[in-house]
Amino acid sequence: MAMQFGYASPEQLMRDRSEYARKNIARSRSAVVLSYEGGVLFVAENISTALHKVSEIYDRIGFAASGRYNEFETLRAFGVRLADLRGYSYDRRDVKGRAVANAYAQNLGAIFTEQSKPFEVEICVAEVGATAADDELYRITFDGSVQTEPGYLVIGGQADSVLTVVKDRHDTGMSLSEGLRMAVDALSSAGGEGGQPREIPRAQLEVAVLDRRKSGRTFRRVVGAALDGLLNNGGGTEDADAPAVAVPPAPAKKDDPAPPPAESGPESRAQTAENPGTAEPTTKG
Amino acid sequence: MGAGLDPPRRFPADVSPPVSSSFVDYLSRTAPELLPGRRPLPPGIAAEGAAHATTIVAITFAGGVVLAGDRRATMGNLIANRDIEKVYAADVYSLVGIAGTAGVGLELIRLFQVELEHYEKIEGAMLSIDGKANRLATMIRNNLGAAMQGLVAVPLFAGFDLDATDPTNAGRIFSFDVAGGCYEETDYDGIGSGSLFAKSALKKLFRKGMTAEEAVRCTVEALYDAADDDTATGGPDLVRGIFPVVWTATAEGAQRVPEEQVAAIAREIVEARTRSDTRLTHTRP
Repeated sequence: MAMQFGYASPEQLMRDRSEYARKNIARSRSAVVLSYEGGVLFVAENISTALHKVSEIYDRIGFAASGRYNEFETLRAFGVRLADLRGYSYDRRDVKGRAVANAYAQNLGAIFTEQSKPFEVEICVAEVGATAADDELYRITFDGSVQTEPGYLVIGGQADSVLTVVKDRHDTGMSLSEGLRMAVDALSSAGGEGGQPREIPRAQLEVAVLDRRKSGRTFRRVVGAALDGLLNNGGGTEDADAPAVAVPPAPAKKDDPAPPPAESGPESRAQTAENPGTAEPTTKG
Repeated sequence: MGAGLDPPRRFPADVSPPVSSSFVDYLSRTAPELLPGRRPLPPGIAAEGAAHATTIVAITFAGGVVLAGDRRATMGNLIANRDIEKVYAADVYSLVGIAGTAGVGLELIRLFQVELEHYEKIEGAMLSIDGKANRLATMIRNNLGAAMQGLVAVPLFAGFDLDATDPTNAGRIFSFDVAGGCYEETDYDGIGSGSLFAKSALKKLFRKGMTAEEAVRCTVEALYDAADDDTATGGPDLVRGIFPVVWTATAEGAQRVPEEQVAAIAREIVEARTRSDTRLTHTRP
């Protein structure tokens, strides 16, 4: 704002920035985050299979974002660094979703007030608890405001119409496959021709969970055959619920139980071995 | 810890992209006091007051690699700890064990685990096994100053190579020296005070194309031989029920061999080597 002529009131400035951010976030695709019986489910519509909108922050903390890719990618890396530093300095159990959400809020708030262009992002930080009632879902918006939402939240462009479906049908006791199909219905309820529902191609669904029952790193992506299985059969058998991607166990510590065995081989791992670092800076999610 | 732990009000220059994907690099910029090898040491040799961890062995088999360590830590002529664990999963496909000053070594393992996890989270892809070994070598190199003053710790690193063309040859072993040299070993290796005896045992026991069970048995037997001739290495403690820590890394990931299985093998070895008669001292006629 160095070379500005004339006077603009602070109200005007803030209003302009909010408008700018809102307008651009409204163009992004939505993501649904919800508690289900076995953990926290993330479902995002994402035209890229390589650039993730949903990712792991720490053992029990996940991250979902919509908006401008280069900006939320910066936020994601910031969250990972913050969490790893805390976990290394204290203990893995001392890394909390609330602290991560707070740090995001502080930073986004400062950027909103101090810089001429706010971040065009809306993000969610979710921490999975021992029961669905203990799950914590935080929504952080471009101006640094934080909301905790019980049970479910929707971020991104058509949040309102997606939210209507989720609000109607969500129940924390639902299974993974019920939750997933509900989230997909909700995401496809908006954005069709003339406000009609539309079909989201399976390749454009980015799905991940924080598994309540696992110890150590609970985040896993649901891809390939596992995703098809969950979307097709309503049953949600144990097999379909089985992880599709190996996530390393938490570092073994003397007082921890032995980490569970890795749940899959290199074949299925290869499906997610993409590198989100090679991004076009202006990709919109 | 200071500044590194408090969430900064805005993104400091050091987390703005582009930054490296290394947690160690991040620490060296933001909280160098958390890194081993960056602390000022008083002059003199510091080794006497610190606990020492002893023998680690590794051996490859068809489809992976085994890493095993005894459970003793010594301080001079005393046993400092009877059930210390010196072998850990570094990440989902690799294992690391340490010999030398226990405090330095365990800190090194913890940092290495975070380093690998951090890279994987930031980049969305795992390091290659050679990349992991090179990172570990760099971290040891940083400890050279302390090593010169007696606080020496060297790791033995082993893992399943996901890029190997032949899965039966995918188990790989790397040893290191205090100066940060990284050497790939074929078939088997051992480090620590009892390694001379353990390696001699492994030399006789090793065969190409063993099963995982046979390889586990080899390591337990080699550690028994090390404990037999090296006072700093602990043998199987039948009285207290303390047995070596044994991990395998295969295509299914890193898994700790169940203690009951190790205990059964150790008991068999003790049984096989136990004399039924007593050994009489020679009496002159």
